[in-house]
Amino acid sequence: MNTREKILEAVLKNQPASTPLPDIDLFKGDNTELVQKYIDVFKTIGGNAVSADDITAVKMFINQNFDITKRIVTTVNELSDNFEIISDTIDPHTYADVELAIIKAHFSVAENGAVWLTDEVMGQRIIPYICQHLAVIINAGTIVPTLHEAYQKIGLGEYSFGGFIGGPSKTADIEQALVLGAHGPLSMTVFIIK
Amino acid sequence: MTVGLFIPCYVNQFYPNAAKATLELLQKFGVKVVYPVKQTCCGQPMANSGFEHLSQGCNEIIIENFSEFDYIVGPSASCVLHIKEHLHSDKNEKQAAAIRTKIYELVEFLTDVIKVEKLDASFPYKVGLHHSCHGLRGLHLSQMSELNAPAFSKPRYLLNMVKGLEQIKLDRLDECCGFGGAFCVTEEAVSVKMGKDRVTDHSKNGAQYITSSDLSCLMHLEGILHRNKSSVKIIHIAEILNATV
Amino acid sequence: MSQTQTHAALAGAFIKDEERVDWHDGALWFIREKRDKASRQIPEWEQLREAASQIKSNVISNLHEYLLQFEANLKKNGVIVHWADSAEEHNEIVYSILKAKEINQMVKSKSMLTEECGLNEYLEERGIEVINSDLGEYIQQIDNEPPSHIVLPCIHKRKEEIGELFHEHLGTEKGLSDPTLLTRVARKHLRNVFLTRRGALTGVNFAVAETGEYVVCTNEGNADMGAHLSEVQIASMGLEKLIPQKKHLSIFLRLLARSATGQPITIYSSHYKKPRKGQEMHLILVDAGRTRQMGRIDFRDSLKCIKCGACMNTCPVYRKSGGLSYHNTISGPIGAILAPNLDMKKHADLPYASTLCGSCSNVCPVKINIHDQLYKWRQVIVKEGYAANTKAMGMKAMAWTFSSPGKLTTAGKTGRWFLHNAPFVINNRFNPWHKQRDMPEAPKESFGEWYIKNENEKNK
Repeated sequence: MNTREKILEAVLKNQPASTPLPDIDLFKGDNTELVQKYIDVFKTIGGNAVSADDITAVKMFINQNFDITKRIVTTVNELSDNFEIISDTIDPHTYADVELAIIKAHFSVAENGAVWLTDEVMGQRIIPYICQHLAVIINAGTIVPTLHEAYQKIGLGEYSFGGFIGGPSKTADIEQALVLGAHGPLSMTVFIIK
Repeated sequence: MTVGLFIPCYVNQFYPNAAKATLELLQKFGVKVVYPVKQTCCGQPMANSGFEHLSQGCNEIIIENFSEFDYIVGPSASCVLHIKEHLHSDKNEKQAAAIRTKIYELVEFLTDVIKVEKLDASFPYKVGLHHSCHGLRGLHLSQMSELNAPAFSKPRYLLNMVKGLEQIKLDRLDECCGFGGAFCVTEEAVSVKMGKDRVTDHSKNGAQYITSSDLSCLMHLEGILHRNKSSVKIIHIAEILNATV
Repeated sequence: MSQTQTHAALAGAFIKDEERVDWHDGALWFIREKRDKASRQIPEWEQLREAASQIKSNVISNLHEYLLQFEANLKKNGVIVHWADSAEEHNEIVYSILKAKEINQMVKSKSMLTEECGLNEYLEERGIEVINSDLGEYIQQIDNEPPSHIVLPCIHKRKEEIGELFHEHLGTEKGLSDPTLLTRVARKHLRNVFLTRRGALTGVNFAVAETGEYVVCTNEGNADMGAHLSEVQIASMGLEKLIPQKKHLSIFLRLLARSATGQPITIYSSHYKKPRKGQEMHLILVDAGRTRQMGRIDFRDSLKCIKCGACMNTCPVYRKSGGLSYHNTISGPIGAILAPNLDMKKHADLPYASTLCGSCSNVCPVKINIHDQLYKWRQVIVKEGYAANTKAMGMKAMAWTFSSPGKLTTAGKTGRWFLHNAPFVINNRFNPWHKQRDMPEAPKESFGEWYIKNENEKNK
């Protein structure tokens, strides 16, 4: 008997009588004031929330607030005139010197400030983690109240890789002192397009 | 109704005033109280050490002494909880089951059965309430700080009726004092450190007395208070509720 | 086991430095308070805990079916699946995967399972360098010490001590202890590690049977930095990490970070499903004592654990004795109910490292009855013969005394007599109570004696 069979047999032998799953569909979020709630939460976790009318406003903000002499990459076609479009075929290591990455999220979650991304909108999986600063564009109308609604939207999911990202990377491992910028980005800016 | 008075072994030996106050308090509310003189111990010291199988003798003595009463009341949350959760008998399981449903700690008996609404008591001091863990998380005498649930407190409700008594506010509402039964000697360093920290919380917030439903906790805190020559005293809640001018 | 290795002895040593204990205790209590604040922002918090508890009970009672479902979906996704019965077998599998690709340097994100298996030592002995990329775990690694807390690996270390380690191993300025500056140095150093390692290993927070994907939660982004640059990505997972359906992630991800640190969610909750083009993805399903624990009726619920650490943060014994005094990878209350299953002799003292206060059970997001299990483990440990002989004798003496009212009355009277008339017989260095506490005062008569006298007076 190989290990797999041995383990499965032990599991079958030791597991107790089946108990039922609870109905979790009764958990629902509150749909009011989602934009404000999202902004409030995102700010408390050290993120920068910016309301913008359109992509042009986003472009202007980036030009004014980031060092555009450094490498800036994006998956947003409307920004292709100004910034480098991410290629999904080249070696991810070559993105090690990215200063700022600008990507679009599918939606975001008000209760925890997180955006939902999949490899489809990341360009390359490494992009939102390896850049020094991360900027994410979301539509105000796509903000959901809680993770319950989030997973309803995601469903079983067609992606190969997906992730929630809820702010700049951080650590408090040294005497519980909060430091923004551990191994992922040092900052995160979310542009909320009305 | 007739109440059988259950006095834990160490209360009987070292804190008879708390037992007397319990007796008097119940009698003030018109309760007929009988103290079976042949009681011993609830068996918790053995059971909590892993020797549950040695507490059968104690179980039988409890059943023999207390089966006849309408209620059993004791001034110790931890002993009452132990009996509620662990009283069993091979020979007399029916009586054991009955006792488990009719045994009460003093405070909950006063609020839930007697339904006390006022007390003729006076204790003009600053008092810190120590929520013993068995009373708090076992008997639900008050709401524990861990849960997201409505606040309530049976001991506070009663202490609020005592004239002149001021309840102090603690930094940590319901942290364990560190007595823990045999723990108090097998893990002496941690036990004492936990006790010292509780004592510091009470004294820095102005307590003149520390009270509780559990004299095991209070005995441990008192040991630390005395050793450190503190002016803070311990007193069982029965003695406060029974205190007259 | 020698006396110096017990929890009581290690805790005693830790407590000698009272200033450090107060600092350690305060740091963890602060996190407990953050958890309380976060939980009170969710009115349905207690219902979430109940739902999570029921989901995990369903998992344990249908684990066979979920494992088969998960395995089938993993394979569909292109993930290579391995099964490991023991720690040793797990380590062998990791080694063989790396060897096949001639990889001799690996970067690892947090995995308590691999810590339990002793993976790093196993690989290092065979010429494979492993670097822990989580900052806290990295610090513990360069100090050659295991993590003391499953979420906050070096919570017991002062920043000056960490600064000293960085000076020794990373060449920082002597005396530098500013957390931000130290973190920046680690960021630079570990960035180079991520960019050069072809092999990456992660743990698994939740594995979804329905879709064959698994979720890894970090605040630092280190799991993703390692995985997305690697040629070979390995995930090590305990059998019990499964959850049945994708949507159940909403329950667990709402509870996990709030319970652990008071955050609404970890910064990164990454859902790994299929390998990158050109990348190999492996997942190792590990038993290592879990099926044995499943077979223990009183203790199988310990497998519901989602490794949040809330029980450690609330436990007053843990806060005042430190995780390293539990001599087990998983420490604190949950460790005390998991460890005896792994090695009952070595860990017989852990269920006794508790006052049974019950705080742990009430912060546990999956409602494990930890303090009940601690009580029940004590009965098992005594029954299996792991209680000290002196303790057994003492208990028998106690039971004998309590078995008759006459004997107890005599014993009580005797004790009080000695305390009154010859206190040195009891108040001496052989009495551990007496070390830092006074004994209670001995009243002249017990309540029983008073009552009988009083009754006789009344009846005259």
